[in-house]
Amino acid sequence: MRPSINTSVGKLKFRNPTLLASGILGETASSMIRVYKAGAGGVVTKSIGKQPREGYQNPTVYLFEGGMLNAMGLPNPGIEYFKGEIEKLKGEHIPTIGSIFSGDAAEFAELAALMESAGADAVELNLSCPHVEGVGSEIGGRAENVYEIVKSVCDRVSIPVWAKMTPNTSDISELAIAAERAGASAIVAINTVKAMAISTELRRPVLSNRVGGLSGQAIKYIGLRAVFEISEKCSIPVVGVGGIYSGRDAAEYIMAGACAVEIGTAVSRYGPEIFGEVNRELEEFMENEHFSSIEEMVGVAHRA
Amino acid sequence: MPTELRIVKVEAIDRESPAVYTIRYRDSTSSLPGQFVMVWVPGVNEIPMSLSYIGEMKGFTFRPLGAATKALSSMKAGEKIGVRGAYGNSFIINDGEVLCVGGGTGIASIITAIEALGRRAEVVIGARNAEELFFEKRIEEAGARLHICTDDGSRGHMGFVTDIVSKLLEKGRFREMIACGPEGMLYRLAMMAHSMGIHAQLSVERHMKCGIGICDACALDGRLVCRDGPIFDAETLLSTSDFGKFRLSPDGRKSRI
Repeated sequence: MRPSINTSVGKLKFRNPTLLASGILGETASSMIRVYKAGAGGVVTKSIGKQPREGYQNPTVYLFEGGMLNAMGLPNPGIEYFKGEIEKLKGEHIPTIGSIFSGDAAEFAELAALMESAGADAVELNLSCPHVEGVGSEIGGRAENVYEIVKSVCDRVSIPVWAKMTPNTSDISELAIAAERAGASAIVAINTVKAMAISTELRRPVLSNRVGGLSGQAIKYIGLRAVFEISEKCSIPVVGVGGIYSGRDAAEYIMAGACAVEIGTAVSRYGPEIFGEVNRELEEFMENEHFSSIEEMVGVAHRA
Repeated sequence: MPTELRIVKVEAIDRESPAVYTIRYRDSTSSLPGQFVMVWVPGVNEIPMSLSYIGEMKGFTFRPLGAATKALSSMKAGEKIGVRGAYGNSFIINDGEVLCVGGGTGIASIITAIEALGRRAEVVIGARNAEELFFEKRIEEAGARLHICTDDGSRGHMGFVTDIVSKLLEKGRFREMIACGPEGMLYRLAMMAHSMGIHAQLSVERHMKCGIGICDACALDGRLVCRDGPIFDAETLLSTSDFGKFRLSPDGRKSRI
C-alpha cells in the first residue's frame, strides 16, 4: 500500500507536510497559488506589518554553495493591502498561514485579528527575523517577550497561533516553552541564523545591512537539533525549517519531531517544483522504510 | 557557480551617445542573448542590467537615472564592481527573418540577439531624441537592415517604432519578433503580433531584488521576471492581468504603469 503523506499541525490538516516558508515568494497571491499548484501542502506568507515597507537597499542576498544570506528588511505591502491577497488564496482553498511581525504585543494581536478576518487559517508570529531593529529576534530572543506576545495574540484570535523561533539564543527550548505556556498551537523552528559575508576584494560586508540571516543546507543540522530539543520539552506540534532540499531532509526533520516542514532557500536552486519533488522523494522513502503515515514517523529518533 | 558574486574591474567606460554609457568588464562566465546580471555598485545599490556584450569582455549599457547608474557613469577604469549571474532566460534564435524592435535603452537588451541573427534581422530602434540613440553601427555591422525613429524627429522617422513596425508587418515577411523597451510599447507590439499570428519574444522589466526567484519582488501575475523571464511570449504576457497595466512597487503593492 502506498504510504499517506497527509499530515496535520494541531487541528489544521495538510495534503502533505511541505509548506512554503515565510519570506519566499509570499508577497503576491499569484505566486503562492503557483507554489501550491507545484505541490506545496500550504503556504506561509511573507511577514506582514502594520504599514507598507520597502525593505533594505540591495545587495539583500548573498549566495554560496551551501545556501545563502539575506537581509531583505521585511519588505511588505502592509496588512490593509495584504488582506486582499489572503482573500485570493482562500478563494482557491489554499491552506494559508499569515506571517506577521511587530515590535509590540498589542499590535501583533491587531495584525493577527486582521489576518483572521481576511480568512487566514493560522497566524505565524515572526519572533525571529535576525536583521531588523526592534522586531524579530531582538524581541523574540527573550522568553518573557515571547510569552507576552503569544498571550496577547491568543487572547485576541481563535485561529491557531504558530510561534516561529530564533536559533540565535543559548536555549531555544526555553523560548518554545514560553510560547506553549502562553497558548501557542505550534512551534516553528528555525528562522535564519544571524550571519555576515565579507567581500575581501572590496574589504567590506556584502549585504547593505551588513548583518543578515543564514539559510539553506548550511543550517540544516542546527534546525534538526532545535526541533529535536523543542519536541522533547513541548507537547504542542513542531514545524521544522532550515535546509530542506530533499525528501530525506524532510524525513530527518520529521524523525526529529516535526509534523510538517517549511521549504524556502531550496526554491532558489530548484524553483517552485521543489515541493512536488520533495513529496515524491518522501513518499518513496516511506515506502522503502515501511512507514504508512507521517504520524508514524514523527519523532521516532527520540525512541533511539 | 555563475550565481555566486564575483568582483571585477571596470576595463572601460564607453560613451555610446551623449546620454548613454557602456561599462566593460572581463568575466569568463557564459551568458546568452537577453540574459542579465546583478551589478553591485559598492556602497550604493545592486541593480539588474541586461548584458549588451556576452563574450569574455562583457558589458552592460545604461542611461544614468538612479543613484547606481549615476555612480556607474562616473566610474573610472580599474575601479571594482560586483556581478552575479548571468540570470534569466534568453532569446531563442529561430530560423527565418526576425523583426527586432528596441525602444530607449531596451536596444541594449536585444543587440546580442541581433548580432546572432545577422542578415536575418530587420531592426527598428526608437528613442526620444538623437542623443539617446545608440548601437546603430553595431546593428549595421551585424548586417541587419536598420530603421530609426525619434519622438522629436531629430533622427529618422518622427514618431513611434510601432508606426514602422506595422508597415513592416504588412509585408508579411516576418513570423517572428523580438523586442525590448518601455512596457507601453511592448504592449502595443504584443497586440500587433497577436492579431497577425506572429510569434513575439518580449523582454520585460520589473523592480528586482534577489535576481534568483525567491523574493517575489519582480512577480508579474505569478511569473517571476528574474527567473522565468525576463523574456516572455506575447501570448503569455497578454494572458496576465498585469502586463501593460500594473507593476509591483518595492513594498509589494501593485501600482499602475
